[in-house]
Amino acid sequence: MKVKALSRSSNDYVRERSQDLHKVQRNLNPTIHPFEQGREYVRALNTVKLERMFAKPFVGALNGHIDGVYSMAKHPTRLASMISGSGDGEIRVWDISDQRTTWSANAHNGIVQGVCAGATDTSRFLSCSQDKTVKIWDTNSGSDPIHTYVGKYAFMSLSHHRKDPLFATAGNSVDVWDESRSEPIHEFEWGADSYQSVKFNQVETNILASTGTDRTIVLYDLRTSQPISKVVMAMRTNAIAWNPIEAFTFAAANEDHNTYLFDMRNMESAHNVFKDHVSAVMDVDFAPTGQEIVTGSYDRTLRLYNINQGHSRDVYHTKRMQRIFSVQFSMDSKFVLSGSDDGNIRLWKANASEKLGVKDWRERHHLAYAASLKERFKHMDEIRKIDRHRPLPGDVRRADRMKKTILSSEKRKDENRRKHSKKYAEEKRIPERKKAIIGVAK
Amino acid sequence: MGQPKTNNKTVNPALAAAERKYQRGKPVPFKKVRSGKLRGKLERQEEKIRDAVQSAARAELLLGEEAGFLEAEGIEKTYNYRQDQLSKEVDINTSQKIFSLDLPDHGPYSVDYTRNGRHLLIGGKTGHLAAFDWQTGKLHFEVHVNELVRDVKWLHNETLFAAAQKRYVYIYDNSGLEIHRLKSHMDVTKLEFLPYHYLLATVGNAGYLKYQDISTGQLVTELRTKLGSCATMVQNPWNAIIHLGHANGTVSLWSPNMSTPLVKMQCHRGNVQALAVDPTGRYMSTAGLDGQLKVWDIRKYEVLQEYYTPRPATSLSISQRGLLGVGWSTHVSVWKDAFLTKQTSPYMNHIQPSSAIRDIQFVPYEDVLGFGHAKGVSSIVVPGAGEPNFDSLAANPYQTKKQRQESEVHSLLDKLQPDMIALDPTHVGRMTRMTKQDIMKARKDEKEQDETARYEKLRKKTKKHLKRHENVIEARKIEISEQFEQEKQKRLAAKQKPKEFTALDIFN
Repeated sequence: MKVKALSRSSNDYVRERSQDLHKVQRNLNPTIHPFEQGREYVRALNTVKLERMFAKPFVGALNGHIDGVYSMAKHPTRLASMISGSGDGEIRVWDISDQRTTWSANAHNGIVQGVCAGATDTSRFLSCSQDKTVKIWDTNSGSDPIHTYVGKYAFMSLSHHRKDPLFATAGNSVDVWDESRSEPIHEFEWGADSYQSVKFNQVETNILASTGTDRTIVLYDLRTSQPISKVVMAMRTNAIAWNPIEAFTFAAANEDHNTYLFDMRNMESAHNVFKDHVSAVMDVDFAPTGQEIVTGSYDRTLRLYNINQGHSRDVYHTKRMQRIFSVQFSMDSKFVLSGSDDGNIRLWKANASEKLGVKDWRERHHLAYAASLKERFKHMDEIRKIDRHRPLPGDVRRADRMKKTILSSEKRKDENRRKHSKKYAEEKRIPERKKAIIGVAK
Repeated sequence: MGQPKTNNKTVNPALAAAERKYQRGKPVPFKKVRSGKLRGKLERQEEKIRDAVQSAARAELLLGEEAGFLEAEGIEKTYNYRQDQLSKEVDINTSQKIFSLDLPDHGPYSVDYTRNGRHLLIGGKTGHLAAFDWQTGKLHFEVHVNELVRDVKWLHNETLFAAAQKRYVYIYDNSGLEIHRLKSHMDVTKLEFLPYHYLLATVGNAGYLKYQDISTGQLVTELRTKLGSCATMVQNPWNAIIHLGHANGTVSLWSPNMSTPLVKMQCHRGNVQALAVDPTGRYMSTAGLDGQLKVWDIRKYEVLQEYYTPRPATSLSISQRGLLGVGWSTHVSVWKDAFLTKQTSPYMNHIQPSSAIRDIQFVPYEDVLGFGHAKGVSSIVVPGAGEPNFDSLAANPYQTKKQRQESEVHSLLDKLQPDMIALDPTHVGRMTRMTKQDIMKARKDEKEQDETARYEKLRKKTKKHLKRHENVIEARKIEISEQFEQEKQKRLAAKQKPKEFTALDIFN
């Protein structure tokens, strides 16, 4: 008779010394691990609840400005450095990690409408204001500007070229200046009364975008010294941000409470529409990964979106934060800054429930596992309700409800018209991404 | 993305068989999906699943142990192989697992092993309770409760156990200290513990099936079986459904969410004596007073095989590798591959002289069968019974104290809710066939029902309160009734108009 019985020797299964790690055996046979789906569901539920418990996004407030903060710019290479300009003409350079001002100056006589960093390898930065001046500053050389450029009209926005000593301003027209000349080298104008904002593309460095009061976004090319194309929308665009990864994509923060993602090559239809704000979107910025955007709106909230989704993944608000006029995404894509009417610049975490600091590899693996579990079960009622729950200020909630009622009733009426009238049924439906675009001109 | 697509089908048939074990369901037919984005997403998902299945199948190479076996040579028969012959031919470790505890005074014994197969709990009918680590021989405790003990069961680990005593169910610590008396569980004959839900299921002479959550202490539900006294209960480890065997030969399947049985099967022509379900949840074996031993396919509710036992079997157990153990009279028979094919003879046989078998159980992760009989507790070696490779994160026989504490916390965090128990445990996260309108309607109906139920409850409460307090004389009541009287008088007085003076009034 051939016989063999299962016989385990304990030194294969028990550690030898107390300094050793415990021995772990794994058998992936599903019979030993029953209720897989149920247990994963419970883990996903716990994850989502813990996320909401740990969601404390506010890190700190940088206060020092007396008047509201209307313009902000992050340093392109230094993580902890940031410039802000306020309504009384003061400019401050901040160290974000210490949350204090490192340099300040009473720069202008009017509202500082735009600040931006100079060319990448210099420590200079620029500011423009309603007092018709553009000034170049250096933190090392005291509180006097290195150079001042005087213009013919008030400047609304400012943007510097990535490498060359060129910058563009927006006011009555879009001007491109050379740092060594006191007059603009190019003046672009294509129909609008005045231009709100201008932004240089940091990847395709010769491309420039501007927004005007005639509800247009115009793109210019410096190599041909000509405007390329313009898109006319239903309402005015307040700000533009270029995608740092995909050079031809930009986000436009619009007055109609939406942010549009455009592909520069084909502006007939937006690539994506980011909805959720209940008032005009004042500023938008891309994360350095190119996968997320942050928008700040007149309705006192800050929203974070994923590039390929149409609704916000998170919303930040405080009773003390009034109308937001400028937002910046930090260069490590972990923090978001908002400059608002009350004179404070607030620092928020980009992922509200993320633990800051260095994490152990075990913790990182667990967080990745928890995130993928949440992804798998996010469609289920219980989990979706907990995940989507965000406390909002009362007036934002009311405005949102009103907006939803209005839009749903309009949609219902349109559907009824289509059902009961042949004339209406023949009209083609306009996709949401084309609704706000009136036309493109080349 | 620029790599050419390779044919990922596994050529080796052994590996393909292993892969089928890890394949959970059929692949999604993504080629027919029209939306490009969704098709790409599904394709990538299927690729990941295929990779995972292949890696899991290949990782089986790393499993250290191999299952035991017993093979007959020549004209020998495996069922004639006795335990003393076996102990001479195996190693010392295994031959030490064959033992017998002589405890003739305290009646037939019930046995239970913990989920990692390390600790043994015995309960004698006259009230002898003891627990010990049967591999090292270390005794945890020994206690006499001087009362009838019908069944004993370990709870989630070796620190707590439940004993169904004469009137109530008691929960004890592993030092023998009584911790709880569950007074809502009365005259209980059988106990079952659902480890992933932390539920203790009890069934008794009154015919009630009660579920108690032992982590929160809440009595989850009491179900009236309406089928009389029940003394046979087993759980299906795959889906946590309770199987009850009744006196009229039916087996009913219960979940805590329905007050009626999910399934009722007519199995035998007499009392159902014993039940057992295999760990994959596919086969159930039942033994009846008519001497029949039937094997059923639980997924299709069909009988697969019919055997008979010379005497009605008193206990059944199915091991992790599919061996069926039958305890009848003074014999223990083990059948191998008895489900799909009809076997003509058992795999192994053991006789416990002059001692009727009460309760048998295969030890998890060991090639051992432990059983309690009228004169004590014994343990025999059955080669090929236990799963050779355990998973430390699921059940670890070599658990240290700290590991035990941590795994307790982890399993409590992953505790499933009782309303997740259903015949198909894979239903969680599946797409529902109801349309959005149906779902909204169901939600609205539920809300309305809740409201009417609440209103009814409130109405009944106030009615009851008023009825009770009808004859109670309270100071406030007196005050109010006096006030009423006064107001009534005033009204009447106001109504009465002053009489006009007539000539007849001179006589008043």
